[in-house]
Amino acid sequence: MFQNKYEIIKKKMLSYDIVDFTVKSKEISNAAAAGQFVHISAPGFFLRRPISICEINKADGTMRIVFQIRGKGTDALSKLAEGEVLDILGPLGHGFTVDKSFNSVMLVGGGIGTPPMLELAKLYGDKARVITGFKTKELAILSGDFKYTGAQLFECTDDGSLGRKGFVTDELREQIKIKKPDMVFACGPLVMLRGVKQMCEANNVLCEISLEERMACGVGACLGCAVKLDKGEGEFYGHVCKDGPVFSAKEVVF
Amino acid sequence: MAKLGVNFLGISFKNPIVTASGAYGYGREYESLYPLSRLGGISTKGTTIKVKDGNPPPRIAETPMGMLNSVGLQNGGIDKFLNYELPNLMTKDIRIIANIAGSTVEECALLASRLNGTAVDMIELNISCPNVKHGGAAFGTDAKIAGEVTRAVKDAASLPLMVKLSPNVTSITKIAKSVEANGADAVSLINTLLGMRIDVSTRRPVLKNNVGGLSGPAVLPIAVRMVWQVSNAVKIPVCGMGGISCGEDAIEMMMAGASLLQVGAAIFNDAYAPVRIVDEMNEWCDKNGVLDINEIIGTVRPW
Repeated sequence: MFQNKYEIIKKKMLSYDIVDFTVKSKEISNAAAAGQFVHISAPGFFLRRPISICEINKADGTMRIVFQIRGKGTDALSKLAEGEVLDILGPLGHGFTVDKSFNSVMLVGGGIGTPPMLELAKLYGDKARVITGFKTKELAILSGDFKYTGAQLFECTDDGSLGRKGFVTDELREQIKIKKPDMVFACGPLVMLRGVKQMCEANNVLCEISLEERMACGVGACLGCAVKLDKGEGEFYGHVCKDGPVFSAKEVVF
Repeated sequence: MAKLGVNFLGISFKNPIVTASGAYGYGREYESLYPLSRLGGISTKGTTIKVKDGNPPPRIAETPMGMLNSVGLQNGGIDKFLNYELPNLMTKDIRIIANIAGSTVEECALLASRLNGTAVDMIELNISCPNVKHGGAAFGTDAKIAGEVTRAVKDAASLPLMVKLSPNVTSITKIAKSVEANGADAVSLINTLLGMRIDVSTRRPVLKNNVGGLSGPAVLPIAVRMVWQVSNAVKIPVCGMGGISCGEDAIEMMMAGASLLQVGAAIFNDAYAPVRIVDEMNEWCDKNGVLDINEIIGTVRPW
């Protein structure tokens, strides 16, 4: 874990409200794993913003973070320009399972839950089938990036303006039938995660999901970002920042 | 290089900065950034008798220059504290203040007695948590009950006793005097201020608990005022906290009358805050010709 100021070396807008920063951060990139997050100070705001890592480039000592402008804090972050610095604490939490013995995995991203799937897609390459879902074509992100990983990409939109018309869970159902994966990884809205979890349980497929919650410390000290878990011995509150953000889906109580 | 060491209730602290209960866990998470030995002390997460699961999420809401929390004293209970957390902290060359939070007078006394003979340096009795239904602020907002629970804990404990006061009262000096009269060796203040935020798009409170405790830089002036009032009203030492986020805030709190300090929410903004504040206090002393931090305690010159 490190806390320092890191330079934004590249900035792009992926849609009208989705920002893509590439940050020079040798120490964080070196230590980071797919599915982990960083905690970023938004200029003028007291609490940091937890944002998942989209891509890690250890050779270049850079990482990519993609986030949505959700409120005033992320809006302030979005106004930072190339050459300016971000105050980042990270890498934090624990990420997705990367198992070389897996022959087939499915990665499911909904909306702004899509970015953390990219680094995972790079690791699994052609063993991965990626399903992404967006409201409409204009909001779809990272299509080119996923194709470049060697993974198969299946895009869905609510209105059918890009790819399949329907939800990611519709596509997931068919893909599981075509070939049962060793594991499903998902990040997105709660309603989507609930659907993915149920589908995996019904088909007896291992599943990991990445969660978010309002957060303060980001490291497991303040116990703010509670999430209800059950590991078989009754329900209790775990914490997204330290026990997650990636959880075994069967342990999460929705 | 000024002398930053302070003596508080006969216990020497290498500097006046103690991490506040609830903001820093047991220090484990921050050790990869700096050794805990750079801090004066740690006030550990409020300990209850049994495991406590806390309140439903969301538990955190941002506010202008601060935050609300409604964690609700989630902790692993006194046995886990004694068997797992304390042995680790004992190796860290740091003063250990055990924060205890019983839901009844008897529980508070039992918790205190469990700490007798351990490596804990001091007890901080929490009579001010705004996020629990029993105990907490219910003890700390009534001078008579605050006195009773203080007396019970003092009788059960062989360790120095500091009582953590609630700011959610009409007269904090009245509560401070009551705990002093009933055996408190020191007081610490302020705990968080009860607050609320509403998401106007859903008309729902941001916190699932509806209300929670306000902390962060926004509360500093209230804390300074209360520390000043209390240190003028009691003879026992005062540990000051509430919104300290830089060296000058710390100096200000000491001038108001605090001889020991706690830093909490600032850690969420800057994980290095406690050690940075120590460094900034030292720089301030050097710049202002202060050779010993003890020289500034209570030196505000009121109009």
